[in-house]
Amino acid sequence: MGLDLPGTILRSRAVAALAFPQGIDRYLEQVNPMWAAHEVRARIVDIRREVDVPGHPPVATITLQPTSTWRGHRAGQHVQLGVEVDGARRTTRVFTISSPDSRQGDRFTVTMRANPGGVVSRFLVERAAPGTMVHLSQAQGDFVLPDRVPEHVLFISGGSGITPVMSMLRSLQRRTHRGQVTFLHYAQSPEHQIFAEELDEVRRSGHGIDVHLLHPEQGDPNLSPAYLERLVPGYRDVPTWACGPAPMIEAVRAAYDESPALRVEYFQPPRTSGTSAAGDVAFTKAGLEAPNTGAPLLEQAEALGLSPEFGCRMGICFSCTALKKAGTVKNVLTGEESSSAEEEIRVCVSAPVGDCVVEL
Amino acid sequence: MNATTKTKTMKTNKTNLTDEQLERFGEELDALRQRVLADLGEEDAAYIRNVVKRRQQLEIAGRALFYLPPAWPLAVAALSLSKILDNMEIGHNVMHGQYDWMGDPGLNSRMYDWDTMCPGEQWKYSHNYIHHTYTNILGKDRDIGYGILRMDEDQPWRPQYLGNPVYALLLMLFFEWGVALHDLEVENIVAGKRKMSDNKPLYPGLIRKIRNQTIKDYLLFPALTGPLFPLTLAGNATANLVRNVWAFNIIFCGHFPAGVATFSQEECEDETRGHWYYRQLLGSANITGGRLFHVLSGNLSHQIEHHLFPDLPARRYPDLSVEVQEICRRYGLQYNTGRLSKQLFSVASKICRMALPDRKAEDGDAPVTQDALAA
Ligand SMILES: Cc1cc2nc3c(=O)[nH]c(=O)nc-3n(C[C@H](O)[C@H](O)[C@H](O)COP(=O)(O)OP(=O)(O)OC[C@H]3O[C@@H](n4cnc5c(N)ncnc54)[C@H](O)[C@@H]3O)c2cc1C
Ligand code: FES
Repeated sequence: MGLDLPGTILRSRAVAALAFPQGIDRYLEQVNPMWAAHEVRARIVDIRREVDVPGHPPVATITLQPTSTWRGHRAGQHVQLGVEVDGARRTTRVFTISSPDSRQGDRFTVTMRANPGGVVSRFLVERAAPGTMVHLSQAQGDFVLPDRVPEHVLFISGGSGITPVMSMLRSLQRRTHRGQVTFLHYAQSPEHQIFAEELDEVRRSGHGIDVHLLHPEQGDPNLSPAYLERLVPGYRDVPTWACGPAPMIEAVRAAYDESPALRVEYFQPPRTSGTSAAGDVAFTKAGLEAPNTGAPLLEQAEALGLSPEFGCRMGICFSCTALKKAGTVKNVLTGEESSSAEEEIRVCVSAPVGDCVVEL
Repeated sequence: MNATTKTKTMKTNKTNLTDEQLERFGEELDALRQRVLADLGEEDAAYIRNVVKRRQQLEIAGRALFYLPPAWPLAVAALSLSKILDNMEIGHNVMHGQYDWMGDPGLNSRMYDWDTMCPGEQWKYSHNYIHHTYTNILGKDRDIGYGILRMDEDQPWRPQYLGNPVYALLLMLFFEWGVALHDLEVENIVAGKRKMSDNKPLYPGLIRKIRNQTIKDYLLFPALTGPLFPLTLAGNATANLVRNVWAFNIIFCGHFPAGVATFSQEECEDETRGHWYYRQLLGSANITGGRLFHVLSGNLSHQIEHHLFPDLPARRYPDLSVEVQEICRRYGLQYNTGRLSKQLFSVASKICRMALPDRKAEDGDAPVTQDALAA
C-alpha cells in the first residue's frame, strides 16, 4: 500500500538493463534469499501438526513469511509451492492458503496432509525445518468470496478440502461479517479433524456461525439433499462454496442440480470426467502405443511406465505441457475439445477423444 | 583384446568397427550415461550454484573496480573472467539442458540467456540441434568452418580461401558477433540454399539482444562511472574481446586439431546409436590441463565427453573421460587429446594449410596417418 521505493527502483527499466540478461533477482538472492524484485519466495517460520493419528498420514500447518513481492491473496485462493528436495530437485505442487485474506508481504499459512508417496507434502510436513526457503507463485484461483458477502453463506468441505473454506471463515470473522454462516465439514473421525480446536471455539462463541462436523464412517448422516434441506432449508438458493474429495463434490453437485448458487473447487480432476475409451494413444518419444483408456494423458502415460514431469495435476502450473502432434483432446475440467493439428497441451487435464499422438 | 586389430593398416584415423562392435560400444557408453544420470544430485547442484555465485562476484568486482583507474587491468581481468564463466561453464552448459533436472528456472535451458550478443534461443537451435546432431558431417554441420573458413580437405578449395588465416583472425576477434550472425546462414543465402526472408523471424530477437548488450556494456555502465566513461567503455570492450579470443580458441581446439575426422552424409545415413557415439568421439578433441583451466573452458576441454554426453553436467566430464579412454583402448579407437599449445598449433597450421589448394599427389594420405598416430 505504502510507497515501496526500493521495490520501485529494483523493478525499474534501468536496473533491468544493468542486470541484463540474468535479471536483478539472481543477484539479490545471493545476498539474501528474502530479497526479491519479481520472484516470490518464502521462509518457513513454523510447522505445526494439526492431526497426528498413528498409522495415518499426519496433517500440518506451515506458516510462511513471503518476500515483499507477495501481493497478498483473497480467501479461497491457492499458491504454487516449490521445494528443493535434497537441495537439488525443485518440485512444485499446489496448496490452498488456509489463513485469512493477506496483503502485500503478509505472513500466511498452508495446511496439508503428508500423502504417503507425496514428494512435497511429506518434505514439508515431515522433514523441513523453520528457516527453509520455498518458492512461490502469486496467489491464484477464482474460488473466492465476493467483496460483498451475502447474508447467508454455506460452506461444505471434506478432508483436506477444508483449507479454502477455513480461509474464508477466518476472513469473515476478521471482517466481522454479521450474517449467517453454515459450516459443514466431513472427516474420517474426530481425531482426523483439522483445525479441531479453533472450530470448537467458533462453535461455542456463536456469532451466527453454525458449525457441523460430521463423521459418516462413525454413523453420522451422509451428504444428501434431504440432510442439506433439514440443515439449511432452501439450501439450493444459498450461496455455497464446496471443496473436497471428488466423490463428495459429485454428491454436492447432484444435490444442487445446476443451481448457480454453488461454487466448487477440486483438488483433483473429477474421476467421471474422462472421455470414452476409443482409439489408440501414441507417445512418440518413448515409442509406445496403447489403447486409449479415456483417462487424462498424464495418467495413461504413467500407466505405461513413463514419468512425465508434472506439478499440480490440475491444469494450473503448466509444468506438464507437451506437444500434441495429432488427434483431439478434451479438457477434463471444462469439457472443451480441441483438435488443432499441433498444439501444446497440459497432459494432466487432457483426455484423448479417439486416436491421439503426443510427444512424450 | 581387439585393440590389436590393426591400427597399422589404418589409412585414416577411422578404425572400422563391425556393426556388432559398434553396437556394444554404444551400449557401454549408454550404460555410463545412465549411471551418471541416476547419480545426479546435491553435489552437482551445489557446484553450478557456486560457479554462478563466483561469476557474480567477479562481475560486481569488475564493474566496481572501474571506479579506481589504477585498478583498470584488474577490473578488465575480473569482468573477462565473469564473461568467460558465464558463456562457457554456465551458459553453454545450462542451455544444453545439463541442469534442467534441478527444476530451477534460473538454470533451465528454456529460460537461460547468456552475456553475449547471440540470443540463447537462436544459438540453441544452431548449436544443440544442428551442430550436435550432425557433428562433423560435411554439408550438414555448419560449425565446420562456420560458413567462412575452409577447415577440411573435403571442402573443395576456392581462391577466396587464400584469406583463411585472416578470416580466422577476424572471427576470433569478433567471435561473439560471429556466433550471433551464425544463425542467419549467410553462406547458404549466397549459395541460394536459403532465402533472405527466412531470416525475418530471427531479426527481432537478434536486434533486441544486441541492443540490450550494447546499452549495458557501452552506455549504462560507462555512464555510471561519470568522467571515467571512456576508460570503462574501453574496459568493457576489452573484456568482451578477451572472452572472444578465449572462447574461439577453446572451441576451435574442440573440433579442428589434426586427426579429427569428418564424415560424409552417406556414411551417416540411417545411423545407429553406436555409430552416432563413434562419430562424436572421432569428431572431437580434448585439451589437457588443470582444474581451473577446465572450469574456464566450460569443460569443453573435454569436448569428446561433451559430444558423447551433451546433457550431462560438464563437471562430470573429467571423471567420465577416464572411463571413456579405457573403453576406446579396448575398441582400438583414437582418443584425440593434447596440451593447449599442441592443439592450438595444430589448428593454426590447419587453418593455414587449408588456405592453399591440396597437394594430393605429393603427400597422399601420409599427413593424416601421422596425425592419427601422434594423437
Ligand atoms: C487448487 C488446489 C488446491 C489444493 N490445496 C490443497 C491443500 O490445501 N491441502 C492439501 O493437502 N492438498 C491440496 N491440494 C492437493 C495437492 O496439491 C495434491 O495432493 C498434491 O499432489 C500434493 O503433493 P504431494 O507432494 O503430497 O504429492 P505428490 O508427489 O504429488 O503425490 C501425490 C500422490 O500421488 C501419488 N503419485 C505421485 N506420483 C505419481 C505418479 N507418477 N503416478 C501415480 N501416482 C503418483 C503419490 O503416491 C501420492 O499419494 C490442492 C490441489 C489443488 C489442485
Ligand atoms: S501438472 Fe500442472 S498443469 Fe499439468
